[in-house]
Amino acid sequence: MSQTNTASNGTPSSQDSITEVKPLIEVRNLKKHFPIRRGVLQRQVGAVQAVDGVSFNIIKGETLGLVGESGCGKSTTGRTILQLLSPTDGDVYLNGHSLTEMGRSELRKQRRRMQMIFQDPYSSLNPRMTVGNIIGEPLLIHNIGNAASRRERVQELLKLVGLNPYFINRYPHEFSGGQRQRIGVARALATNPSFIVADEPISALDVSIQAQVVNLLDDLKSELELTYLFIAHDLSMVRYISDRVAVMYLGRIVELSERDEVYDHPLHPYTQALLSAIPIPDPFKEEKRQRIILEGDVPSPANPPTGCRFHPRCGYATDVCRVEDPEFRNLGTENKPHMAACHHAEKFV
Amino acid sequence: MTASTKSVSPATIPLNEQDLQEQRWLERLVGPEWARLIKGVLTNPLSVTGLVIILGFILIAAFAPIIVPPPNATWDTTLIPRDGFGPEPKAPGSEWVRNAPGEIPFWYTPLTGREEWVHLWGTASGQYDIFYGVIWGSRTALMIGGIVVLSSAIIGIFVGSLAGYYGGWVDEILMRVVEVFIAFPFLVGALILASILVPKLGRSIWPASIALIVFGWTGYARLLRGDILATKERDYVQAAQAAGANDFHLILRHILPNAIFPTLVVLSLDMGAIVLSFAALSFLGIGVQEGYTDWGQIVSFARSYIFSLDRYWFIIVYPGLALLLYGLGWNLVGDALRDILDPKLRGKR
Repeated sequence: MSQTNTASNGTPSSQDSITEVKPLIEVRNLKKHFPIRRGVLQRQVGAVQAVDGVSFNIIKGETLGLVGESGCGKSTTGRTILQLLSPTDGDVYLNGHSLTEMGRSELRKQRRRMQMIFQDPYSSLNPRMTVGNIIGEPLLIHNIGNAASRRERVQELLKLVGLNPYFINRYPHEFSGGQRQRIGVARALATNPSFIVADEPISALDVSIQAQVVNLLDDLKSELELTYLFIAHDLSMVRYISDRVAVMYLGRIVELSERDEVYDHPLHPYTQALLSAIPIPDPFKEEKRQRIILEGDVPSPANPPTGCRFHPRCGYATDVCRVEDPEFRNLGTENKPHMAACHHAEKFV
Repeated sequence: MTASTKSVSPATIPLNEQDLQEQRWLERLVGPEWARLIKGVLTNPLSVTGLVIILGFILIAAFAPIIVPPPNATWDTTLIPRDGFGPEPKAPGSEWVRNAPGEIPFWYTPLTGREEWVHLWGTASGQYDIFYGVIWGSRTALMIGGIVVLSSAIIGIFVGSLAGYYGGWVDEILMRVVEVFIAFPFLVGALILASILVPKLGRSIWPASIALIVFGWTGYARLLRGDILATKERDYVQAAQAAGANDFHLILRHILPNAIFPTLVVLSLDMGAIVLSFAALSFLGIGVQEGYTDWGQIVSFARSYIFSLDRYWFIIVYPGLALLLYGLGWNLVGDALRDILDPKLRGKR
């Protein structure tokens, strides 16, 4: 893969200027390719370009929603930011320190500042450990406090996420999905992190429980001054919780702006198609809703289309789209940037 | 804290901690998986039979000096006392003239109605007492099983963990080494190695034990490697990694405890099988010296009488029964363990 989103390196400065705060997380041209090996000699014949040149900032205290369809690289982005997967290229800065250049032990120390909430509450808790040990584990790893103070902290965390502190000696299988997700949240909060990647934290839950967990996350955010990267495919949920929204397609971010900008004035045809799929809870309006049906499937990330990656499915595609990779550029104002990667975005402004 | 975080009612689960502890003390003690295993083994009639058989052998081994005391206090108890040197085996019940056990134990006269020692189960050629050999042979069997199975399991678990966890070239090298050993048929390989070791180490249990370990650990390594590959991708392992755990912590606290159970099943099955392999080597005359208290070695006395076993059946029946029961006991337990761990396999071989 030789092409990159060349413009993306320049853009974050404009975002910095509006907030005049140093971002908590800076992602620069992040790439994660998984090699494909074939043959007797296991030679590399290609790569799945799961994340291919992604750049964005997350400012302290905000929630950045990351949406996109299955397989577009959302989760890989989250995990690569946390260095659970080592990036192929690019950089991630936490408070200005590069996580990619950090040594292993230094990185382990920094991990207490950034945590993750997982999608599947059934596989994210070790079935052989008690709730107390699960939640207290990050404290144990970072050698925080003694056994008694850790136990106290665990009980405090259980209360914080709305569980009974008596549950400390229980095992995960004794809990429901929603309760398990709360345990996962409590574990992520144990070391008082400033940044949390929530990787589809609600998509495995019952709809009735989803609202509870999202509200919990929202309340914790204001109470503990957290910063989230909220990964989801549920567009309404993302609109509810996010301050800014990034839309991903095939390993790239195609649109990034303030929540209402993205939802009310989408500038990328892919975003428009995604948004047109949200059902409206009003039968009369729903009847008139215009759906943009995308043709074909998502192309293989091992062999992405030339030019604009969306052009084979795009209704507005022209010759330039087939050849030239669109720049990820600001179509909003200096104070209210609206980034989009589309040659024809001016049409939609 | 807002109301929404307190909204989940834990009413479905009993609140009183004391109740809980009484309710599931076993689970509190050893964790849910072990509790399920222990309960499963103790409630399945077949595995209980197996446990009773194994316990019987342990008791026989422990009380061997009371069942058949050695001829005198300085006697090497691993050698079967000889009643002379005559080549002709003596039938059960014939008089024990030389090297008879030192004293008559309390159970002997009431059960047999005799005042002096006789060869209860006859003698083999060379006048080795079969009863003594079978009773004291249970010590050898348990010791061989313990030494060989535990050593191979420890080596296999170590190698399998490294290969499965680190992958890459570590995995490649270790698995190629494993394949070199697997290329030999197990018993043939052990046979050759043991016969090479006998001149170096002398005739004892060690040549055959070492040979069985050398060719036995590969099974554990391969099995565990596969289970570790599957377990290390689990979210709770990633969660611990995200919390800052190091490799050692990840393997010992999260991966190994969740990947070890299939290995434990094989381990329990091998406890029986290894003793059979050891007996096979002894039968072929490789390993322990003539007259050693080993079941396979006693059976080998029958080699010269293979065409007159109608007369000398006792040489083969008593040690053979001991071998059969011992193997059966461990197999029943191992099968029960396997069924508990994977109910889909029940009834299949």
